[in-house]
Amino acid sequence: MTNHLAYLSLALYAASFCCYARILYAPHNWLGRLATLLLAAGILLHYFALLERSRAMHAVPYDDLYGSMSLFAWLLAVTYLGLEVFHRQRSVGAFVTFLLILWLGALELRAPVEKPASPAAHGPLFALHVTLNTWAYAAFALSFVLSLIYLAENRILRSRHPGAAFWRFPALEALDVMARSSVYMGLAALAAGVVMGVIWARRLVGASIWDDPKVAVTLAIFIIYGAYLRLSRRANWRGARAALLCAANFSVVLFSYTFVNKYLTRFHHFL
Amino acid sequence: MVAPSNAKSPDALRVQLALVGCNHRTAPVELRERLSFTSQQALDAAAELRRQGILDEAIILSTCNRSELYGVPAESAAAPADAMEEFLTSFHRMHRSQLDGRVYRSTGADAVRHLFRVSAGLDSMLLGEAEILGQLRAAYGDALARGVTGPILNRVFQGALEVGKRVRAETEIGARPMSVALAGVKLAERVFGNLKGRSAMILGAGDVAGQVAEHLRHRGIGSLRIVNRSYGHAAELARRIGGSAAAWESLEALTPEADVIVSSVGGAGVVLSRQTLESAIAARNSRPIFVVDLGVPRNIAPESVGLYNLYLYNVDDLGEIVEQNKKAREAEIPRAEAIIATHVAKFEAWRAALESASVADDLRSLFHRQREELLRERFVQMQNASPEERERIARITEELIDRVLSQPTELLRSGRGVRGRLGAIEALRHFFGLHDDAKDREDHD
Repeated sequence: MTNHLAYLSLALYAASFCCYARILYAPHNWLGRLATLLLAAGILLHYFALLERSRAMHAVPYDDLYGSMSLFAWLLAVTYLGLEVFHRQRSVGAFVTFLLILWLGALELRAPVEKPASPAAHGPLFALHVTLNTWAYAAFALSFVLSLIYLAENRILRSRHPGAAFWRFPALEALDVMARSSVYMGLAALAAGVVMGVIWARRLVGASIWDDPKVAVTLAIFIIYGAYLRLSRRANWRGARAALLCAANFSVVLFSYTFVNKYLTRFHHFL
Repeated sequence: MVAPSNAKSPDALRVQLALVGCNHRTAPVELRERLSFTSQQALDAAAELRRQGILDEAIILSTCNRSELYGVPAESAAAPADAMEEFLTSFHRMHRSQLDGRVYRSTGADAVRHLFRVSAGLDSMLLGEAEILGQLRAAYGDALARGVTGPILNRVFQGALEVGKRVRAETEIGARPMSVALAGVKLAERVFGNLKGRSAMILGAGDVAGQVAEHLRHRGIGSLRIVNRSYGHAAELARRIGGSAAAWESLEALTPEADVIVSSVGGAGVVLSRQTLESAIAARNSRPIFVVDLGVPRNIAPESVGLYNLYLYNVDDLGEIVEQNKKAREAEIPRAEAIIATHVAKFEAWRAALESASVADDLRSLFHRQREELLRERFVQMQNASPEERERIARITEELIDRVLSQPTELLRSGRGVRGRLGAIEALRHFFGLHDDAKDREDHD
């Protein structure tokens, strides 16, 4: 995020966070609407920032970790906004925007590399592959946040001492449904992204990708989130335990996104 | 004197609001009972207030906590507040001395502020309660349909409804439950969200059980089952609330079917053991159960609290929550007052704009009448003046009036603040006798 648009979008996310955090303690209709508007404006500017970067590189803007993380943050914001509008639930906004700010703030600590992308990174197939996979990670991140809120709210309910913000939180059932729909969305995007990746690798690279560690980790992600979806409907797992599993699963996503991409993979190595 | 226009001019317009009433703070329940109105009586009384020429517009708000007469005094009414108070007592066949200073009255912005505080729930016995807003909406709707309101009361009551909605939407004043029964139901909503499609089981058929059942029904619970040792009492409560009754012996068998269990069985001790609840959760495939134990001694085994996906609250837990909520509601009063102040200011600005236009018209009419009268007198003496000269004199005097009035008109239109404009309106009325002048002309008509 080197351009002014990126900084401006970060400022808008921060302003949106302030509004979301405020309505947790004191509800204001107009403040809630303002929070959503600021988030939407941040998303719009963030999109133009990504576009600008893409033009500079003459390719999709995620050929390095910086671009990929920025796209991840953008997709997380877009996915959350969609969920907020669909579920008419703003009380999760403070947590999601806080995560966005942390993520983008951390991104600023790393100098971006604006070198021309490799020829293989050109073309719609690659763009779709990376966008869908990044979108999947964003959806998993959202399910992680929702699961953490579930666990916190469940703990408050069991402690029988609800605080001021408690009454503004979504119901446990709503959080559970939102987290699961987020995981469904993530798995669908991941599956589509993997298919695109396989086709791209065959057509353009001509190499076998099955021995790449990234494939094994992606398979593990399918298994652990599939297990979560199955267990979350079963006795003894339904509720807090499933939420805990969902939150824990995200550590594998993070591992795949950072360590695997940086050090283990051949095809997903960020420079 | 030049005869004024026969049409009733808008110059008599004076935006005033008067209030006479009593509430739970000023009058005991015995007096409030005597001064209360049924919906029909309230409409009839409002129409009668207009017919007697006391008020031009009238609305009566009568609830269990208050009886209040709101109205726009008629121009002809000498002491409207006295007349309203007299009407209130005579309508209820009472003597004024029986009120014994328990009736309050206010006018203008104070009356508007009072109504806005009522709609916000700040004047209610239970701070922030929502019921008053519905009662106010009903009173206004009925009065509007009966045709006893007018532009001023419409404006004030629509403003009051907006204030009520804003205060509840933007502050926590009405958000948190203030009774143990409602707190239990609201906590269940924290687990399940919407209660529609959920099933509840009430143990006991006493008053508290009835309150909880009503709250559950009000919040759309799917099915409601009453289980009581006396089946007759259970059936009676089920009939009243709209649920079904079940025999006490079926309690254990029915427990797995309930998402929400509320127990209020007096002197019974433990009626649901940990083992029963554990089996129920297992039978429910670990779907959560929310249990409210309002019994003393407790009806639900306290050691059940650790069961997975069981949320158990007893009467002390809920009492503590209600106490916290009460303090939280009180802390919201300044924010609610700020919203009210904004809306009172808006009303005053509207009033100032309306009265400014009215006074400006009054002033212009007065000057023109004086001019016409003067010209008529002088033209009689100026026999030799040609029609052209008379026309010129008429035009010059007209221009003079325009020049003289331009500054006060501008002051009325955009004077310094609402207070400044209202002050200017009163001063102009006083200096030029506009109020008396309007009355004189009405008498003349």
